[in-house]
Amino acid sequence: MATDLFTVLPECAAARSVRISFNGVEKRVVPGTTVAAALLGAGESRLRASPVSGDSRAPYCMMGVCFECLVEIDGVPNRQSCLIPVAEGMTIRSQEGRVQLDAKEAVSHE
Amino acid sequence: MSESVDIIVIGAGPAGMAAATVAAQRGASVVLLDEQTAPGGQIWRSILQASSARLDRLGPDYAAGRPAADAFKASGARHITRAAVWQVTRDGVVNYLENGASHSLKGKQIVLCSGAMERPFPIPGWTLPGVMTAGAAQILLKSADTVPSEPAVLAGCGPLLYLLAWQYVRAGQPIAAIVDTTTGEDYRRALPHLPAALAAWPYLKKGLGLINTIKRAGVPFYKGATNLAVEGEDAARALTFNAQGRTHRLATRLVLLHQGVVPNTQFTWALRAKHTWDTAQLCWRPDADAQGRLDGIDGVLIAGDGRGIGGASVAALQGELAGLAALTDLGRLTRPDADRLAAPLAASIEKNLRIRPFLDALYRPKDANRMPADDVLVCRCEEVTAGAIRGYVDIGCAGPNQTKSFGRCGMGPCQGRMCGLTVTEVIAQARGVSPAEVGYYRIRPPIKPITLAELAATRDDFPTATPGVQP
Amino acid sequence: MDYKSDIIVIGGGLVGAACTYGLLKQGLNVALLDEGDIAFRASRGNFGLVWVQGKGYGTPQYAKWSLGSSRLWPTFAADLLAETGVNVELQQNGGFHFCLTQEEFDDRAHRLQSLRDAVGEDYRYEMLHQAELRERLPGVGPQVYGASYSPMDGHVNPLKLFHAMHLACDKRGAIYKVERRVQTVTHADGIYTVQSAGDTWQAPRLLLTAGLGNKDLAAQVGLHAPVKPNQGQVLVGERVQPFLKHPTIFVRQTDEGTIQIGDSLEDMGLDDTTRTDVLARIAQRAIICFPQLAGLNLIRSWAALRVMSPDGFPIYQESSTHPGAFVATCHSGVTLAAAHALRLAPWIAGGHKPAALDVFAGDRFLDPNREFNNGH
Repeated sequence: MATDLFTVLPECAAARSVRISFNGVEKRVVPGTTVAAALLGAGESRLRASPVSGDSRAPYCMMGVCFECLVEIDGVPNRQSCLIPVAEGMTIRSQEGRVQLDAKEAVSHE
Repeated sequence: MSESVDIIVIGAGPAGMAAATVAAQRGASVVLLDEQTAPGGQIWRSILQASSARLDRLGPDYAAGRPAADAFKASGARHITRAAVWQVTRDGVVNYLENGASHSLKGKQIVLCSGAMERPFPIPGWTLPGVMTAGAAQILLKSADTVPSEPAVLAGCGPLLYLLAWQYVRAGQPIAAIVDTTTGEDYRRALPHLPAALAAWPYLKKGLGLINTIKRAGVPFYKGATNLAVEGEDAARALTFNAQGRTHRLATRLVLLHQGVVPNTQFTWALRAKHTWDTAQLCWRPDADAQGRLDGIDGVLIAGDGRGIGGASVAALQGELAGLAALTDLGRLTRPDADRLAAPLAASIEKNLRIRPFLDALYRPKDANRMPADDVLVCRCEEVTAGAIRGYVDIGCAGPNQTKSFGRCGMGPCQGRMCGLTVTEVIAQARGVSPAEVGYYRIRPPIKPITLAELAATRDDFPTATPGVQP
Repeated sequence: MDYKSDIIVIGGGLVGAACTYGLLKQGLNVALLDEGDIAFRASRGNFGLVWVQGKGYGTPQYAKWSLGSSRLWPTFAADLLAETGVNVELQQNGGFHFCLTQEEFDDRAHRLQSLRDAVGEDYRYEMLHQAELRERLPGVGPQVYGASYSPMDGHVNPLKLFHAMHLACDKRGAIYKVERRVQTVTHADGIYTVQSAGDTWQAPRLLLTAGLGNKDLAAQVGLHAPVKPNQGQVLVGERVQPFLKHPTIFVRQTDEGTIQIGDSLEDMGLDDTTRTDVLARIAQRAIICFPQLAGLNLIRSWAALRVMSPDGFPIYQESSTHPGAFVATCHSGVTLAAAHALRLAPWIAGGHKPAALDVFAGDRFLDPNREFNNGH
């Protein structure tokens, strides 16, 4: 649900040329931004559910030390989205608690 | 098989860039590893991508990063971006993840420049969506020109908080309020340090200028705030606090917290370096000599905020010093030449550090905001409260590692970064001893997550490993 | 300060805590002394297995002691829950020992048959080839030859166990002091005296459960406990949805969902730093066992030092030169916790000695005609 905590400054918003999706909803974001920054600037403010309690969590530090910004990117779960630049066609899903281990073959970080 | 280089630098902030630059300029083979896509670290984040509008908005201290980044790019040092270093060994082996695979490098000298991170700010509700650090908001501004949609509440203390507020004012962004935890007692504590600080008058003047601009912009200012708490069920809804004898409730969906920065010590603890508890800065600092050589660990140096908070200028100077020390230890610089070059740097560092005691005293984070009430979460990852930790102390738990054993505190993905300082201090307070006596978490690799497959692939014999062979 | 109790227990790890709990249940006043936060502490490094199969090959008394302990475990866990409210998450619905090659499988079958011959029909297990194994454990990798399954096996949450035992000891009035490293024990007029950190402790009975520290302490009271460190390394992954309902010897999933992967056996001296090549090998083996683990994020690794006797079996003995002084050490502190609390402690408190324990006297290592090896 879009709750618009953050917004991109008007003079830069024009450059929203990259298409990504978050939980099935398409977003147009600025190239060169991290996934976390792009999501926050595109109206998202909840990225995951804690695997311990199910509580909603969102980015806290934006620099890779808090591990709150974990999302699933292109099928790979628990990625630190504040460290990964957006790419055209990226499919992002909120990390709802624990990872579901896939029966398929080796997966690695890209 | 590891590639071997003269110097591996970890971190592309002011310190890392300076170390790599001076070393590469003098002909050493240098590799700099950093997690970001471009140089600058946090303070000069995205500096090479900054438009003139952004430079203007963020101010001269940010713009000062540009020449450093340019010099680094021209230096000949090899810059590996988006590299997550997951292990540094005492033998100079650095293992890092890049592009989905783990790689290994061997450096005759390693310079650690991982900088600082925000001090945790454990208050009720601090884990709710909508609560972030001031640094996080600044990163959004610097790297993504992203600002709050509605006026945010900035809470805490310290130069970064006011800097952010100033940057928002310049960007035309309204701020709901600054809820400042600084009290009269803080000013009194800082007063004896003022004369030394006056030697850094330009810095002080700059600070006063920031605060002036903020006040002139009409930003509501609350002083001496206590009992901070974020209200909300599934997201932040308001910040409540006491100030000037009254309880306040500020409705807001974005709370930006800050109470200083602390060295990021994951690598130094993992190396089992010696650390000292700094009672003025209320954090751990790795023991190192003046040039940054870690005490008792040959070939590993540290520079920048990671060895103690000093700010960007100091970090850059320390980085250069460490680079020179590494060159000397490699035999690429004679001792007399190194000493000659180091002298002005050391003098400059000393001068730039004169403001620190004043700042450390004035913006000393409050006890209640470091050692919170029982029901406040200390370990965000595993959701362990301060009360639970005190309970472990009651049944005989002496330190943070036993706390880990009893309650999983510190066992989550962040590996204790967000809770370590708090746990040490809560235990120290409960036991009535100094944090130095309590110690810190045992930190082990991987310093950043690595998958099983990525780890397995570090062996030459994967995936053709013979099943059944004992490790 | 001066402390007087019925017994002094030196070492507050899994063995010491379990024994202390048992001693308190026998009505003794117990003083438990422990080291500091950064100590080698074998107790912090364990897999949480409550394991019977395969143990005691050649020494059936150990197989029986382990089996007996596993049977006492439900009572032990229930006691801890009742006394502390902490559920240690005991699960005893069988465990698997993977055999990655035919040779391993055949060796394993031989070992287990031999154990059954020695212990009796009670000793239950099945040898499963690949196909059968995959039916029981979906997700097993195609390179796994087979496994031995035993319904006797299970696991527990070792951290909750540790916490529960300490809570229980606290509630029952144990005097528990940390940062009390003990190097010297003296004995006079039937009383043992220990001094540490300015305090003096006295009791007519003494129990040494100090892990690697037992070697030197035992010698002071006429006991022989030649234990040495043996390093094991483990990888810990993030929490995942339930995927493994039974513990296996290399991989288990805890009640909280985290994945534990181990382990190794090495003589590294007093060194608990991890080594990447060993961890990588452990990672490879885990992927062979369960290919879907390939993408699992590793959060932590650790190395811990097992307290290893020359033959790998426990040492339980009362000193003949120093009556009332006991040593208890093993490297299966989780499996044997129930036996330690419910069978060992009553003996140490002054009760009848279970005959089953005679074979575990430390003096066996003084026999010049015997050779020992501690292969798992």
